[in-house]
Amino acid sequence: MDNAPHIEVRDLTMAYGEFIVQRGIEFTVNQGDIFVVMGGNGCGKTTLMRALVGLQRPAAGTVLYGGEDFWNVEPEARQRLKRRLGILFQGGALWSSLTLAENVALPIAEYTGLPQDRVDEIVAFKLALVGLAGFEEFYPSELSGGMKKRAGLARAMALDPDILVIDEPSSGLDPLTARRLDELIVELRDSLGTTIVVVTHELASILSIGNNSIYLDSESHTMIATGNPQEALKNGHPKVRNFLTRGGTA
Amino acid sequence: MRSDAGWQLDLQPAGADALTVVLGGCWCIDQHLPSADSLQERLNPQIRHIRFDTSRLADWDSGLPSFVFVIGKLCMDRDIAVDFGGLPPGAQRLLAMAIAVPEQELASRSDDAAGLLASVGAASLGFFHGAPQMLGFLGEVTLSLLRLLTGRARFRRRDLWLEIEEVGPRALPIVSVISFLVGLILAYLGADQLRLVGAQVFIADLVAIGMVREVGALMTGIIIAGRTGAAFAAQLGTMQVNEEIDAYKTLGISAIDFLVLPRMLALMLMVPLLTLYSGFIGMLAGLLVSVTVFDIGVFEYYTETLRALELKHFAVGLSKGTVYGAMIAFAGCLRGMQCGRSAEAVGHAATSAVVTAILLITIVASIMTIVYYQLGI
Repeated sequence: MDNAPHIEVRDLTMAYGEFIVQRGIEFTVNQGDIFVVMGGNGCGKTTLMRALVGLQRPAAGTVLYGGEDFWNVEPEARQRLKRRLGILFQGGALWSSLTLAENVALPIAEYTGLPQDRVDEIVAFKLALVGLAGFEEFYPSELSGGMKKRAGLARAMALDPDILVIDEPSSGLDPLTARRLDELIVELRDSLGTTIVVVTHELASILSIGNNSIYLDSESHTMIATGNPQEALKNGHPKVRNFLTRGGTA
Repeated sequence: MRSDAGWQLDLQPAGADALTVVLGGCWCIDQHLPSADSLQERLNPQIRHIRFDTSRLADWDSGLPSFVFVIGKLCMDRDIAVDFGGLPPGAQRLLAMAIAVPEQELASRSDDAAGLLASVGAASLGFFHGAPQMLGFLGEVTLSLLRLLTGRARFRRRDLWLEIEEVGPRALPIVSVISFLVGLILAYLGADQLRLVGAQVFIADLVAIGMVREVGALMTGIIIAGRTGAAFAAQLGTMQVNEEIDAYKTLGISAIDFLVLPRMLALMLMVPLLTLYSGFIGMLAGLLVSVTVFDIGVFEYYTETLRALELKHFAVGLSKGTVYGAMIAFAGCLRGMQCGRSAEAVGHAATSAVVTAILLITIVASIMTIVYYQLGI
């Protein structure tokens, strides 16, 4: 199944009880894409992310990774698929009782069984990549919001995942740090071939790093556009253009 | 060096003062790659330049740059020039990003295990630091109660009713079970002793006075400390984590009035009522045991109970219940308000609230028992 698309979402419906958040979501993400999930507040971006990474079973439809049906395989196979994913949660979701170094080291130690000195080296490198060299011994409660987010990214990419799913990478970051993070995301794709799914409404990020995207509409509860964000800005759906220009083409 | 896993590492001298690090095979994170520290002893003092040769590299992921990154740091400490030019372009760019932000020179945070003496000292200082905090909180709560009496305390009446429902009626099942069993134990205990003097009918006196005066309040206090005191600490602690309490403060709303007062009132109203209920259930258990096991008549037990109980016993029980309720609310809210800003701190606050509440209850119970005895109540 090597030719199967990296991530394929088929007719996905997400709902909380009777309330349908989004329905009929369909898209394909290829290896090496930076795929942006955009949409206004409360349109279901994070819910879609939770369905992608296995935290919330969709009401209908499914997600395929390399042709394997994530929601309908055996639990062991699903566990194996989960290992290919790295996830950065909105607030960083660092484990508060562990130091930064321990936070990043835990997935490595858990899955590779490498000796401690080797794990420490990888941790030092990952923290340096996100600009947090020297903060190894800090606890999450001693960090600012932006630092937590960057540390969360270091943890998400600890195992060099095939697919990195990032929820709101740049919210709470200053413009320069946000840009550095964007550059890092692009670099991870370029040098390690990581496929990246970004859930965001940060316009600068969407337009500069995304090469494919989906727009979730909160009124019709479905997707109204897919494709390259730059294209969408030029001649996409009016709602999407409105979104990408902060209401400039209403 | 070479490993079964498929990576190769070779150090080739290139002239008198240069070293070429030859990396080959697969440098992936899950291969058991060597630690860069193993290179340390090979960097003899003459070496001034290091470069890399990756022409035989088959595959790599961040296992490679993380290895080179540590070499880079080692060399920087020793003023050795490192040329990353021989690495794959992607790895070079990743390294450039990792080096871009220099390591922060932060105060080293050693958590060396403190010695016994230092721990005792730290704990003592902690106590003397904690005592004024507790007194300060007591003062604030007292002021808040005074504001309530003068009608100037601001809190939502709805919150009070919600708290009352949560701490009162919802605690009935657990209070019932515990009180019934404690009443049963008291009856058995009494029966055993009273049988020696042939006065088994006095089980009724023992259970009635015991439950109403002391045990009902004590049991209810301990149950509510575990059930509600911990909940208060966790609620307020989580609010502290979410900066909700700061939000009240910035609005000029007293968090004590708004959050602590309703909880304090709810417990001061509900714990005495639960105490009364607990006493009643305990007497019921005593009756059951006396009638079924010790052949005492229902009516006999009933009249004996009526004869034994006086209004003062109820007054003692109710007063204790009220004070215990205040202690539990005080401990729970204090620990919640003192909570740090992490999940661990919330857990610690909840634990500490229960310990503090039970300690306070026990101390106050002893004092009140002695005082009531001296007063002849």
